[in-house]
Amino acid sequence: MKYVDEFRDPVKAQTLLNEINDLIPQIDIIKDRPLQIMEVCGGHTHSIFRYGLQNMLPREVEFVHGPGCPVCVLPMGRVDDCVALAEIPHVIFATFGDAMRVPGSKKSLLQAKAEGADVRMVYSPLDALKLAKENPDKEVIFFGLGFETTMPSTALTVLQAKEDNVKNFSLFCNHITIIPTIKAILDSPQLEIDGFLGPGHVSMVIGTSPYDFIANHYKKPIVVAGFEPLDVLHSMWMVLKQLAEGRHEVENQYNRIVPDAGSAPALEAVKEVFELREFFEWRGLGSIDHSGIRVREEYAEWDAERKFPVPNLKIADPKSCQCGEVLKGVIKPAQCKVFGTQCTPDMPLGALMVSTEGACAAYYNYGRVQVTRNSASAAA
Amino acid sequence: MTGENAVQKRVSRLRETTINMAHGSGGKKMRDLIEDVFLGAFNNPLLAPLEDQAVINLADLAASGDRLAFTTDSYVVSPLFFPGGNIGALAVNGTVNDLAMCGARPLYLSCGMVLEEGLEVETLRTIAATMREMADAAGVAIVTGDTKVVERGAADKLFINTSGVGVIPAGVNIKADRAEPGDKIVINGFLGDHGAAILLARNELALETDIETDCQPLYDLVKTMLAVCPDIHCLRDATRGGLGTVLNEFAESSGISISINETAIPMRENVKGACELLGLDPLYLANEGKLVAVVPADRADAVLEAMRKNPAGTGSVIIGEVGERGEPLVVMNTSFGGGRIVDLLVGEQLPRIC
Repeated sequence: MKYVDEFRDPVKAQTLLNEINDLIPQIDIIKDRPLQIMEVCGGHTHSIFRYGLQNMLPREVEFVHGPGCPVCVLPMGRVDDCVALAEIPHVIFATFGDAMRVPGSKKSLLQAKAEGADVRMVYSPLDALKLAKENPDKEVIFFGLGFETTMPSTALTVLQAKEDNVKNFSLFCNHITIIPTIKAILDSPQLEIDGFLGPGHVSMVIGTSPYDFIANHYKKPIVVAGFEPLDVLHSMWMVLKQLAEGRHEVENQYNRIVPDAGSAPALEAVKEVFELREFFEWRGLGSIDHSGIRVREEYAEWDAERKFPVPNLKIADPKSCQCGEVLKGVIKPAQCKVFGTQCTPDMPLGALMVSTEGACAAYYNYGRVQVTRNSASAAA
Repeated sequence: MTGENAVQKRVSRLRETTINMAHGSGGKKMRDLIEDVFLGAFNNPLLAPLEDQAVINLADLAASGDRLAFTTDSYVVSPLFFPGGNIGALAVNGTVNDLAMCGARPLYLSCGMVLEEGLEVETLRTIAATMREMADAAGVAIVTGDTKVVERGAADKLFINTSGVGVIPAGVNIKADRAEPGDKIVINGFLGDHGAAILLARNELALETDIETDCQPLYDLVKTMLAVCPDIHCLRDATRGGLGTVLNEFAESSGISISINETAIPMRENVKGACELLGLDPLYLANEGKLVAVVPADRADAVLEAMRKNPAGTGSVIIGEVGERGEPLVVMNTSFGGGRIVDLLVGEQLPRIC
């Protein structure tokens, strides 16, 4: 595939790996313990496992798989709310495919669908708006979730619904923002993270300046990274280079997509339709101030939370679940008490086992058994 | 028309253009449907008497081998028609291939049809004609059948069940638990075409591509493989769940590890592209004309050479090998130079959102 394969070139990877290896002796922290670099975004986690990057890097460098999988951090109570909305007669509940399998306290949307709820998988919020236009006798609720990456398209869809005067479309808004979440992780007392691979697609919207506090206040390097394996390795090299040189700055590896200033029209649409919530509950991380957004009063007609009764019950994470510690890099997925036993992709207990982008699911699917460095030669 | 033909048995004609409940009633309308559409398409001496069963001569069967293989499968694909094929093609090839995967020569199929009222008769005719065409290509006959009509909404247009019998030649012993350390893993060409074609035919994505199903009968290919290597260890068609699933089944049954090389796995650019866009893993995409074989290392080259000479195997390649006994594990060396585990999927692949 043109313009994709170029970013998967094993020869270039080797060059980068050599350069990364050269940096290792220059980094002081490594004398005491392995480096822990957090990739914030689930897309990176997926790439790391998909291409086996962890096993290519020197032992002294470890990935900590961050909170950036919006499906994973969705609290159980919110899934219950989705199910309740989907089960209202005459409602078509439109959702991205990934969210279908996330377990609520009683059932997932997939199960609700099997029991008769009209749950449809869509690829874009505009598809949901189209559904509303095609089914004027039904109420179409779109399940909006994701970070700043998906927020603008949801906002634009609400604006479009208003312009087209579509009254049977509404949004169940579960969008979340990345910055307060990174801050919550950085404020955690047990934290052992030395640098960040910053989210690529989120940054395409918000730009790079919102990360300044990471470099200035917390004194950690952060590199906004692309998603192809070479992007990830290149970004890792940039983080290590900063550490070796004692720098902590915001750098942008993904500049072919991410303008430093972000996207003004996208941000404008978001600002027009949404406002911050006081707090939002996350699976595994608890409640984080100002980390969620909701629909503004002016767009109340298209807000499912105002239009329909939403149970809004808080369901505590299972006690045995250690997602929070995994997210903060305190333990690795396999060190969790229930990993692979009570908690598997089959029967996920914790958030991180839910989506393929979740650290635990990725680890379970792709990395459960340490694939040794020389397995490539063993395969002949 | 000559006078001779005129006095022959009257052939029923179906007058309606859509299926209604009467076509499953057991009465004249049903007979019209069966004689016109099904017998019209499938006609052969075993089916023609339209008895409740086909009667097969045991001695004829025994001439082909010493064991009977018997399999069944139901086909519920949506949409009924997709680029390169339709549900009828799947219904014949799927069952024929399930027989072929133990080395059996497929001989006879049954065909059970569940029709939703309102189905266009013309659609049914087209599908039946495809079934005949595929049966001929695979060297099998559809010798018995059944038709049911259900009310609108009780089925999705048309479901087909086919069962099949075939005969396994003496000395052939293909089983998922026979993989041995050192064996080579062979496949017969591009992976993922069928899964991608179906996904795109549903047209929820508004993507335009020219991906077609790879649906094809595989017995002839298996025959050429057995001719050069009667001791094929394992063989399975990579249908639902794709290559990833089949390899895990082999690893599990045989108690061995398997390693494959991503760079060796043939995949079309447009299939790769579609997977890339949708966040799907092509290793788990369905195929309808691809087999995965585990063969002894010393016969691997001979098998490969024979396969490549067969029209169904021109793209055959070795993609990996069987490792040590121990934990059942499938590992892929990625094109990027890393390694990853290829595990069983939990459910259906769902597209990732970002």
